[in-house]
Amino acid sequence: MADRQIKTVDANEAVASVAFRTSETAVIYPITPSSPMGEYADDWAALHKKNIWGGIPQIVEMQSEAGAVGAVHGCLQAGALTSTFTASQGLFLMIPNMYKIAGELTAFVMHVAARTVATHALSIFGDHSDVMACRATGFAMLASMNVQESHDQAAIALACTLRSRIPFLHFFDGFRTSHELNRVEVLSDEDLREIVKQEWVDAHRARGLTPDKPTLRGTAQNPDVFFQAREACNPFYDALPKIVAEEMARFEKLTGRKYVPYEYVGHPNADRVMVIMGSGAETATETVKHLVAQGQKIGCIIVRLYRPFVTDWFVAALPVTTKTLIVMDRTKEPGAGGEPMYQDVITALVQATQAEALPTGKMPLVIGGRYGLSSKEFTPAMVKAVFDEAGKAEPKRKFTVGIVDDVTHLSLPVDESFDIETSDTVRAMFFGLGADGTVGANKNSIKIIGDETELHAQGYFVYDSKKSGAGTVSHLRFGKNPIRAPYLIRRASFIACHQFNFLDKMDILESAAEGAVFLLNAPFKQDEVWNHLPVEIQQTIISKKLKFYAIDANTVAKNAGMGSRINTIMQTCFFAISGVLERDEAIAAIKKAIKKTYGKRGEEVVKRNFDAVDQSLANMHEIKVPAAATSKIKQQGYEQPGMPDFTKRVQSVMMAGKGDLLPVSAFPVDGTWPTGTTKWEKRNVAVEIPEWDPNTCIQCNKCSFVCPHAAIRPKVFEASALNGAPSDFKSVAYKAPDYKGLTYALQVAPEDCTGCNLCVQVCPAKDKTNPKRKAINMVPQMPIRQREITNYGFFLEIPEVDRTKLARLDAKTSQFLLPLFEYSGACGGCGETPYVKLLTQLFGDRLIVANATGCSSIYGGNLPTTPYTKNRDGRGPAWCNSLFEDNAEFGLGICLGVAEHKKHAERLLQEISSDIGDSLVGAILSADQTSEKGIAEQRERVVALRKVLAGSSHAKASLLDSLADYLVKKSIWILGGDGWAYDIGYGGLDHVLSLPYDVNILVLDTEVYSNTGGQSSKSTPIGAAAKFAAAGKGTQKKDLGLMAMSYRHAYVASVAFGSNDNHTVKAFAEAASYNGPSIIVAYSHCIAHGYDLKMGVDQQKLAVDSGVWPLYRYDPRLVSAGKPPLQIDSTNIKANVRDYLRNETRFAMVEKIDPVRFRELSQASVQNTAERLALYKELSHIAFPSADAAASTNPATTNGATAKEGA
Amino acid sequence: MNLSTSYMGFKLANPLIPGASPLTTDLDSVRKLEDAGAPMLIMHSVFEEQLSREQVSLNWAMDQAEGGSSEATTYFPRPEEFRLGPEQYLEQLRKIKAAVKVPVIASLNGRTRGGWTEYAKLMQQAGADGIELNIYDLPFSTGKGSSEVELDALEVIRGVHGAVRIPVAVKISPFYTAPVHFAKRAAISGVKGLVLFNRFYQADIDVDTLTLKRDLKLSTSDELLMRLRWAAAMYGQIESDIAITGGVHTVEDAIKCIMVGASAAQLVSALIVNGPAHLKTLTQGMSKWLEEHEYKSLKEMQGNMSLAKTAEPELYERGNYMHILQSWSKS
Repeated sequence: MADRQIKTVDANEAVASVAFRTSETAVIYPITPSSPMGEYADDWAALHKKNIWGGIPQIVEMQSEAGAVGAVHGCLQAGALTSTFTASQGLFLMIPNMYKIAGELTAFVMHVAARTVATHALSIFGDHSDVMACRATGFAMLASMNVQESHDQAAIALACTLRSRIPFLHFFDGFRTSHELNRVEVLSDEDLREIVKQEWVDAHRARGLTPDKPTLRGTAQNPDVFFQAREACNPFYDALPKIVAEEMARFEKLTGRKYVPYEYVGHPNADRVMVIMGSGAETATETVKHLVAQGQKIGCIIVRLYRPFVTDWFVAALPVTTKTLIVMDRTKEPGAGGEPMYQDVITALVQATQAEALPTGKMPLVIGGRYGLSSKEFTPAMVKAVFDEAGKAEPKRKFTVGIVDDVTHLSLPVDESFDIETSDTVRAMFFGLGADGTVGANKNSIKIIGDETELHAQGYFVYDSKKSGAGTVSHLRFGKNPIRAPYLIRRASFIACHQFNFLDKMDILESAAEGAVFLLNAPFKQDEVWNHLPVEIQQTIISKKLKFYAIDANTVAKNAGMGSRINTIMQTCFFAISGVLERDEAIAAIKKAIKKTYGKRGEEVVKRNFDAVDQSLANMHEIKVPAAATSKIKQQGYEQPGMPDFTKRVQSVMMAGKGDLLPVSAFPVDGTWPTGTTKWEKRNVAVEIPEWDPNTCIQCNKCSFVCPHAAIRPKVFEASALNGAPSDFKSVAYKAPDYKGLTYALQVAPEDCTGCNLCVQVCPAKDKTNPKRKAINMVPQMPIRQREITNYGFFLEIPEVDRTKLARLDAKTSQFLLPLFEYSGACGGCGETPYVKLLTQLFGDRLIVANATGCSSIYGGNLPTTPYTKNRDGRGPAWCNSLFEDNAEFGLGICLGVAEHKKHAERLLQEISSDIGDSLVGAILSADQTSEKGIAEQRERVVALRKVLAGSSHAKASLLDSLADYLVKKSIWILGGDGWAYDIGYGGLDHVLSLPYDVNILVLDTEVYSNTGGQSSKSTPIGAAAKFAAAGKGTQKKDLGLMAMSYRHAYVASVAFGSNDNHTVKAFAEAASYNGPSIIVAYSHCIAHGYDLKMGVDQQKLAVDSGVWPLYRYDPRLVSAGKPPLQIDSTNIKANVRDYLRNETRFAMVEKIDPVRFRELSQASVQNTAERLALYKELSHIAFPSADAAASTNPATTNGATAKEGA
Repeated sequence: MNLSTSYMGFKLANPLIPGASPLTTDLDSVRKLEDAGAPMLIMHSVFEEQLSREQVSLNWAMDQAEGGSSEATTYFPRPEEFRLGPEQYLEQLRKIKAAVKVPVIASLNGRTRGGWTEYAKLMQQAGADGIELNIYDLPFSTGKGSSEVELDALEVIRGVHGAVRIPVAVKISPFYTAPVHFAKRAAISGVKGLVLFNRFYQADIDVDTLTLKRDLKLSTSDELLMRLRWAAAMYGQIESDIAITGGVHTVEDAIKCIMVGASAAQLVSALIVNGPAHLKTLTQGMSKWLEEHEYKSLKEMQGNMSLAKTAEPELYERGNYMHILQSWSKS
């Protein structure tokens, strides 16, 4: 076994590697941070990689985790070796089946990248709150603390489950371990065959259901026997600990890597001992070793086998000298006597005391602490702080560490200067953008060093919460010894800043150690760089004696044909100056890696990267650092004048990346946050922004309609509003008759635009003397930024049009309405957000949104700032996200609640009408609220009502006052993506559609799970490559609209704004006006489709013109008018389906993988398109019989009971 | 009737060759072409530039979606291999070779010097019987003069000729300042076949939207005349065989090609419109025509209307121009 492969991988890959090779089936569903495990498995299956028995595992994606575990249960009952991967809420959906699987003593390992469970907020990051909810299922639970251990214990868990028949939940910390790259010695197939004995596999298979030896499982039992039968499994649990210990020992013999269920590390005579599991245990043990070497008597117990919690063994691991035991839980159980592991430890100690088996003799003091919720950093300094606390005469019995709790004062003070890392480890930090390839390049560097040299390497990547212009910080360590540091770098010997504008606001050099190397991508000549630095940066460079290098990477990238990707260039510079490897050796290694990485993408790509490497070396320069800072440029920071207090105190700190410093008291207690805060972020991510040419403009407002970020806006207004306008504020006479005589302006929000180009692409107006120029043209942002900031400020103050006096509602006029969704963090060019923005323009001041988890909940509600905002009256969308799967039901609940408030208010009105006055009551109750005018009048009536109520002494006056706003019609919208609507939430969505309530459903259909990284959904069209459909999806897209139509009482529309924006507006208005369930399925182009999103509108047009995405509206109201309810709004097929497919990488890559399959699938797509259109065409000719006609032809409906039911 | 001819060193049963077109992307139509009497097949062109662009754009699309957010570090599956080089083309070449008995000529449109020779070698390895270079250079910049354009082209020809053992033909554009001189140099550089001329896609203008339109316009017999003139001029002066392409639709068109000295005529538009069986109609028509006009063989006719042999050479020359103008002004 000596020739085991060394690979630099993250735990997701390390675990998937074992699971894939030891499974016959895997049933999966994406959820962060576990998704990559399923993706690896699917990729490997697509590549015909084999398990250790020579078969290719079957990988099947289901509609939800509940579905996945159901299928897993079935596979297991059929005697197959099966696995699944999940986290957080996904794990929760598996719990019911976990009881079954365990109750039936079924050998099975599930792998969990442990993640926070949503409470007051969602978090995708890591802690143990999910796995802790599985304690009672009967699963054994095995915790891994690093990448190698995750790999190893994946195999150990399998051996144990097969031997013991107890199913295993194997977990490791989400992100911190699941996404940390580290060097792993990979178990060979031979190893795995040794670990997983064939006789156990055979026994497992023999327990499977088969008609050849029929048995029955899943009976229903009654009070007479259930209890006894439940106790029958006890011997298996009793036998389990020994099995685990033996399998760990057998593993050690095979590999030399030692694991024990409860491992003590530390001073043999320790007085303070920490109990901890997961990645925190690695930090704790490394810190303990460091402090013991300094003479401290402390120790640490690493808990690997958490369930069953083997109290005897745990106690036996304690040094006899233990006086204080500190139990660290990475979860919170409000209301409990202590966190879960704390309680387990107390139980163990009490039992040992009662059995007189406590090695310490006297019961030690046990204190419990919470740490690391949602991947909060857990550092050696914190470990030390905990031991220091435990050493006090009166330590806190319950505490938290890693935060400042100034409310309940549970937190411990931490000495941040404490550090255990030795200087022989190279610690490098890279500040980059998601789009510039920094993370990819760093992953590459780690693999180069980890796989190709004797050095150890570690990488961890931190992203901000935005999708467009997201900032990334890469933390890389390289050293001669294994790197056991699952926390961020605090003192870096190398810092690279890949984006010059970061210097303006971020404290890039905060973590730079003295004498560190600083590499900057600066768009200046060598001798100009220094003078362009903010003075604060200059001062730090001087005071920390940094060695400073600069390169104009963007120019090098351009010259090498790399576009805006500076990854290879900055990577080359890193290797050239960081000293990790010899320069020549490093450059050769980069080129080898380029060949390996890009070779499969073609020679041209390799050639350009090679060019980039060579040019980088020639263009990087050391910058001479003067003795004193001289710059006149000052860093700007995030605080701005006019910021609301909360935004200033809390959100601006988060924007600056210093949210960790905020104390508990800074936060709302229930997760409620203010709206309208993105406007304070001013991210300035666009290199170029559009500039308006009023003379060419035809005032169609299409640019505004398509803008994903509400960053280009039109207004019409009286010329008098221009008084005091900045001198270069542009405006022009309005051209159309509806606002004749008024002035028109189109203004860009210069700091909020992402530079996606969608607006310029859609602009239909061309300069006739030079058609290359349009009415808006992209220009560099920097030179016009200040001017346009002033102009935009002035523009925002100009009053909007009176929405009650809109001559008509269409795409153009809709853009004169104030968007109440602005500057979201969605991808530049996002195809979803124009719909969301439109929704807020049409109904925003009375809108309640129930938002399924997904992209729309992330750009809609991810902190630090959120895009839903308010109008001048302080009204705007109220927004909430419950879960992924329950959104339709959640929205229905909101609808029921609001309807009840309205009915209550109406009842009260009638009850006290004599106090209010009959005419006002009558007017309110009979108000027509089908138009903006009607709604505005009702608002005025409510104001009048409140005045009356204020003077009323009626006992119920104040109650009515509190409910009065519900007398104004609310618009309730249920929003989500296709993953929700077609898959995980379909059951609920279907049910809500079946009910008669007035809810509106907007499905932002990107045809793929966009938020979790492009996994196939039931909306994914045939022929598209997606994760879990790597070879191209082989079945047709589900027709959600057609299914909804089958109820016949629901309003259904299919829209694509890029093809027909007026149609989109019409469908939104009709859906809102329909008094019953409505659903709009909206084509949303997406980064996961694989093309430059500035072409999104053109591609939408092609989708409709080719018939791939038909536009239609199904309006049940037309039935009573004797008309067919289905109207097809795109009958003219003008384009070719294959032309549509070839434009997008998701389809085109299938051709590049397997041309024959592409031909078959594209042919099927053509056929399906034709069939669907033919079906719709037929349906659009059907006018249903009127109720009278139906009654006359069907005597049964004259039966009273049937007619009543029908009503 | 003996319609046999020789082109690029191959003995062909007749001179009507299906030219480079999408017809060879489908094995079914390839077989039909052979059944209809195609004496040789020219495959559709592989465009080096298109392959490079595909590589770059696929790489771009995959890259731009990488490393963007913590939840979605990638958006696409990671297949071990993409078929982004000329592999697909070479595979089709292998399949065609296996499916037919006639010589198969691969057609190559390169961009870089390395690309031309590299791809040519791969084509030879894949079994091509010859290579037709499709030189498609549009010298739009002011920086490059006519002699440089010619030198570049000759260098490509020499490079490819030196890199492969199989015969090489070159399809040129009609826009050389001195086409006959250039043809001569190409022949000296090793070219065995000279194909006159490339038909470029021509962009049209939509005057309402101020945009360009790219339509595929099929050739007509009218386009043949320019080709006839230059073939007539070259015949006898250069060592390469000549093939005419662009405007060969009828029996009479094909006869004219041979009469001006071409060894073969390549057909594309005529086959796209009429289908592969049209080849048979034309060869039968040629036989019939030759019999009716008492030719013993095709060879007997070849070049009889070339510049060197025609009784009225001035009509190929400037006189042709003068005459048409005069007749126009008279009418």
